[in-house]
Amino acid sequence: MPEEIKGSEQPASSNAPEQPVKADVQVAPGKSGDVAEGKKAEDVKPAAPAVKPTADTVAKPSAPAAPGGPAAAQQPAKPTGPAPAKPAAPKPPEGPKPQPWDAPVVARLKAMYGSGLKEASTYAGQNYVVVDKTILSEVLRIFREDEQFDFCVDVTAVHYPKREEQFELVYILYSFARNERVRVKASFKDGEAVPSAVPFWPTANWLEREAFDMFGMKFEGHPDLRRILLPEDWTGHPLRKDYGILQQDTEWVKVHLGIESGQ
Amino acid sequence: MTKGNAYTYHIERKADETFLDSTELILNMGPQHPSTHGVLRVVLKLDGEKVLGTDCVIGYLHRGVEKIAENRTYAMFNPYVDRMDYTAAVSNGLGYCLAVEKLLNVEAPPRAQFIRVILTELNRLASHQVWLGTHALDIGALTPLFYAFRDREEILKIFEKYCGARLTTHAFRIGGCIYEAYEGFEKEVTDFCNKFEPKIDEYEELLTTNRIWVERTKGVGILSGQECIELGVTGPVLRASGVKWDLRKAQPYSGYDKFDFDIPVGANGDTYDRYLVRIAELRQSVRIIRQAVAGIPEGPIMAKVPKVIKPPAGEVYVSIEAPKGELGYFIVSDGSTQPYRVRVRPPSFVNLQALDKMVRGQLVADVVAVIGTLDIVLGEVDR
Repeated sequence: MPEEIKGSEQPASSNAPEQPVKADVQVAPGKSGDVAEGKKAEDVKPAAPAVKPTADTVAKPSAPAAPGGPAAAQQPAKPTGPAPAKPAAPKPPEGPKPQPWDAPVVARLKAMYGSGLKEASTYAGQNYVVVDKTILSEVLRIFREDEQFDFCVDVTAVHYPKREEQFELVYILYSFARNERVRVKASFKDGEAVPSAVPFWPTANWLEREAFDMFGMKFEGHPDLRRILLPEDWTGHPLRKDYGILQQDTEWVKVHLGIESGQ
Repeated sequence: MTKGNAYTYHIERKADETFLDSTELILNMGPQHPSTHGVLRVVLKLDGEKVLGTDCVIGYLHRGVEKIAENRTYAMFNPYVDRMDYTAAVSNGLGYCLAVEKLLNVEAPPRAQFIRVILTELNRLASHQVWLGTHALDIGALTPLFYAFRDREEILKIFEKYCGARLTTHAFRIGGCIYEAYEGFEKEVTDFCNKFEPKIDEYEELLTTNRIWVERTKGVGILSGQECIELGVTGPVLRASGVKWDLRKAQPYSGYDKFDFDIPVGANGDTYDRYLVRIAELRQSVRIIRQAVAGIPEGPIMAKVPKVIKPPAGEVYVSIEAPKGELGYFIVSDGSTQPYRVRVRPPSFVNLQALDKMVRGQLVADVVAVIGTLDIVLGEVDR
């Protein structure tokens, strides 16, 4: 069985290194320093070409400063851009800014890991910590064992193809005792081994399998890492930003059904 | 060994071993099996009739909902979420709208919140009725199916009158509701509640003390509260194991804190308790609907939301108590008109993971009962 799993994984992993390269080439001409994730997302998005421009042109008159502004914001951090916009225009309401999160656990993590704890903030009333990938497993263990976060709600990832560490892994935790949620995030490079959280929460099993299926996150120490939603002979990981939907569809239909795709 | 794919399942067997030599039998259940509620395939490892282990093969209904979201605007993606848990489309829509509203930092006006609560609770009734009918049918009781679907029809009629659709309703919009409650809405809902409450007794008469039902469900698929939490199981399954936790109470949303209702819990965490908990939830939902109809305020039904929805950059996780458990949306916005990433935390998917734990050591017939009691919808498992 183990050999079989490895075998079926092979095409995916051998395919993986190609994709970021493709993305780099695509992105290179418009490379303007530290432009936002948003811009890049638009570059990579292949579909809905008709919708995008109309939506933007409609948005423009109502929100004069919008296009440049929010694009400059990377993450929840620094929503500085749209500040000088005219308040009269019915532009989208300004979001709450991330505030530093003060809690005993944050102080403890800071004391233990120093700069390993990159960020601890509250955004829209929701707490999250961003930690270095090397201490992710430790931090999860602290939340699980010392802080009573006994329920792992969700494990997922977000792909930012322009960052060096492309994949942001997100653990959403909940504590029944404290009725509190927290998100633990860490970034990983493509193909890098990720510590599995299955030893802490058995529920992470399928959730991490899905993250592997959709993003190609390689969870180390996972008992049964194989695809879960897609067929085992699928190539590529669809929720990556550089994954072309149409091309994949035509290819798959041709190989498996022996017909031309109608898309 | 040959390379595995989704259509074959490899059994490791020695060369000279025949089928009858082995004490273990691999049995494929589904994907086209009437009791798997859709296209769930369970590979069972059996010793005689005893289940030694299971492996769920899912994904037959995978449509890439999360990828679709990245290529649609916020408003355009709204109807898609109805198609995940299609027996509880209203709940799905509510969760999504709440998540985007949180990103936009707006709140639906009180009247919209009340309409939302009424429809969501009606949908909870409809979802539990589908569960009751199909679950009882799996176990061999035919009548509850007809009773449940007969009464569900009344709910669907209310939906149809409200928004024109019966199943995938798209009833809510980001910022509130788009349709005003129609003429006579309150009266119709109240009439339905009056008619429906005695019907719950009817269901109970059929099943609660029915000897076959009790024998087939008591002590089957036991999960302790601790196991539920470890496996991430939520919703009625968690409550039947004695954990008194309901997001409507724990982290109230859409004005649920204004209503008075109880959280029914079970004691043993078996299939019978889960049945009792869901039946009790029917009564509690009716209670909520009555209060909401009586107290529905006047006023606007839509908050001030721009025509083009462009939330500021940021990310939120918002979850609601869907009929099946905690339904969460994790949305990352990059400040453009399309979500950068939408992650759906589906209750059915996570609950299904507990199947293996629940059926180990039990009989094949119990697998059917346990799949029914988990109340999964494959549209949501696979997304």
